[in-house]
Formats: sequence, C-alpha cells, structure tokens
Amino acid sequence: MSDTPVVRVVNLVKIYQTGGLPVPAVRGVDLTVEAGEFVAITGPSGSGKSTLVHMIGGLDTRSSGEIWLEGRRADTLSESGWAVLRREQIGFVFQFFNLVGNMTVADNVELPALLGGASPRHARERREYLLGELGLADRADAAPAQLSGGEQQRVALARALANQPRLLLADEPTGNLDSRNTRDVLRLLGRVHRQGQTIVLVTHDARVASMADRVVSLLDGQIVDDGAIPRVRRRPAGGAGDVVELRS
Amino acid sequence: MRQALLALLAKEPAHGYELKQALESIFGIAYPSPNIGQIYVTLGRLEKDGYVRAVDVEQANRPNKKVYYITAAGREALETWVDEPTEGPRVRDEFFMKLVLAPLTGLADRMALVNRQRRHYLSLMRDLGELAEAAERTDPANRASLLLIEGAMLHLQADLDWLERCQEELQ
Repeated sequence: MSDTPVVRVVNLVKIYQTGGLPVPAVRGVDLTVEAGEFVAITGPSGSGKSTLVHMIGGLDTRSSGEIWLEGRRADTLSESGWAVLRREQIGFVFQFFNLVGNMTVADNVELPALLGGASPRHARERREYLLGELGLADRADAAPAQLSGGEQQRVALARALANQPRLLLADEPTGNLDSRNTRDVLRLLGRVHRQGQTIVLVTHDARVASMADRVVSLLDGQIVDDGAIPRVRRRPAGGAGDVVELRS
Repeated sequence: MRQALLALLAKEPAHGYELKQALESIFGIAYPSPNIGQIYVTLGRLEKDGYVRAVDVEQANRPNKKVYYITAAGREALETWVDEPTEGPRVRDEFFMKLVLAPLTGLADRMALVNRQRRHYLSLMRDLGELAEAAERTDPANRASLLLIEGAMLHLQADLDWLERCQEELQ
C-alpha cells in the first residue's frame, strides 16, 4: 500500500453567505487520513463537522484551502470532475438516504458498482454479500418506499460500499436506526474496516465513534482535538464485566 | 446486594455459594462476579437485622452447611424496597470537579481535560461494545445482561453529551 494519504486537507475554510453576514462554518482545518484509518468526527451541532465531510466528498465547495484525495488535488475540480472522482473512489452515506425510488433495493446497491465498471456478476455477488451482512437479503426485490427508515439507511450503506471505494464518507449513518439496526451497521463497519476500508465518519453516537481508531473533535469550525482512542482493559479477557455495581 | 440476596431468598432458602451462583447466572457477563466473602458479610448483617435466619444442615463427610431463609420482617423489607420509587442517578462527577476547579489551580487547561476525558469515555464505550458482543455470542438468551450493558452505554452517551456542553460553555 502506498503511503500517500487518502485524504489531506490544508487550511480548509468554508464561509456561508446567505443574505446578511458571512457565517464561517469551517475555519482553517488541517486533517490527514492515512489508508486504512477509521476516523470519527464529533462535535456539537453547528461545529462544522457535516460541512467538513461534505467538502471532502465534493458535495459542498470550499471557500479557501486545499483538498487532496489519493495525492491528487481535488478542490479545483469541476463538478463533473468531482462526479467522476466520487464514482471511482468515494462511497457516501447520508443521514437521509437518497435511494432511487423507482429501482429495487438490489438495483440501488448494484448501480454504483456497475457504473464503476464492475461486471454484472461481480456487482451481484457484492450486493448479495452486503445485504446479507445487513440482514436485508430478503428485501432485495422490494422498492425503497416499502422499507422502514432503518432498512433504507442500511441499504444506503450497502450502496456506498458496493464499489469498494477507497474512501467511505458517512454523515450520521445511524441517525435513524434503533439499537438493533445500529448493531448491524456497526458490525459491518467494523468488518470492512478490518478488511482495510478507510472511513471518515461524522457521528453523535458514541457507539459508532468508539469503533474508530482516531477521534477528531470540532468546535466552532476548528479542530480542538485529534488523537487515537486509547485501549482500556477493565476486566481480564473472558472474565466477568463490571457494568453494574450492587451496593452492599 | 442486600435486596438482591433477600429477593433470592424469598424464592427459596439457599446457602451462600448457591446465592453467588444464582447472581452470576441471572445477571450474566455484565455482572462483576460477586465475592463469596462479601456475600457472607451481607448475610451476616441481614441476620443481625432479623431479615434472614440460618439453619445448620448436616452433610455426610463434610462440615455443616448454613442454609439461609427469609423471615417475615425480611419479606416486609423486600416488599417496601420493591414498592418505593428508586432514586435516579445523581451527578456527582469527579471529572466535573476537576474541570471547574482546574483554572484555579493553574495545573491544567480545560480544553485538554475535556479532550482527554472524551477519549477515555470513548475507550470505555468501545469496551462495552466488545462486552455486548461477547454477551451476545456466549449467552444470547440472557437479556438481563444485554440490557445492563445497553444501560451502561446510554449513561456513557449522556456523559459524552454533557462533556460536549461543558466544552461549549467553558471554552
């Protein structure tokens, strides 16, 4: 594997100007993500975390600064240049899932792989694997509208991973899920990460963030912390836990 | 532990070791394996309060076994405990003390304290996640164990949310 970072942003700034005063959302962020890393981005609402990943995925333009993906300058790309880059290298999961309403679940998931040049057989096998992992194998022929919100969210994750993208970007991927569905999503994220998937993910959910190698905390559009989540050992391996304490 | 032992004895008389085993099997992996000494100390106190009595049961080729049973007073205490609302968790957070007092001492920067604490909470959350997976794998029928772990996760999430509020307000 090359040692070119998958993501490198330099002094990235986003200022929204809607009518009146300019509002800075991201104020000079430097961030590097190496291949295979899982980075969680946390922070209060309005801290700029969604804006940051949207810019990294080319879904929002930067006001100033640089974005490099796989060693290539990306912030200067045209909209169509971004579209090609996203198709080939980036999977994106949103809080609201944006599935294609008049296609089946199976087609929704296979589409990015087919657009990316995979053979129909390969796309189908990948789709079967991903839907199986997410407990959705029996929903393959359904239309998105027939699915619950939680099911649609998981389909969106499967779609984002269909193409085995170099980079998975996610914005609150468990925002609509109950705890059982969240567990399925966590399990799949953990599994693809162990297989080498690079992940940058915005989340409020500490269960999701705790799976990352590294946590980046934003406050008022700036990074206030960036570091590894340490390992704790509160109990001997295989021993009993200490989740509750009964007072004597 | 007092009420837990009373509740088990309300079901049937038992000796100390049986109570330990019952606690382990009911609460599963999420429960810290109770110390047998602690169980006997608690039983001794319950006995002194008149809530349980012990009888010696003879055993062939072994020392006598002390079997405990619940008294009427014990049953009444147990009923009172079950009927009354349980105190909610109180915020008595040692970290919060550090955070508020840190600037007075000049020893630590608030931002650094919050950041370190966040990473620590996340590592605890990861540990709970792994515990939940282990519980799911080894003892999936034990819903009590999984619910306890989920409860601990929800508390930790609240702690993290509060930490975020502290960071916003005190920066």
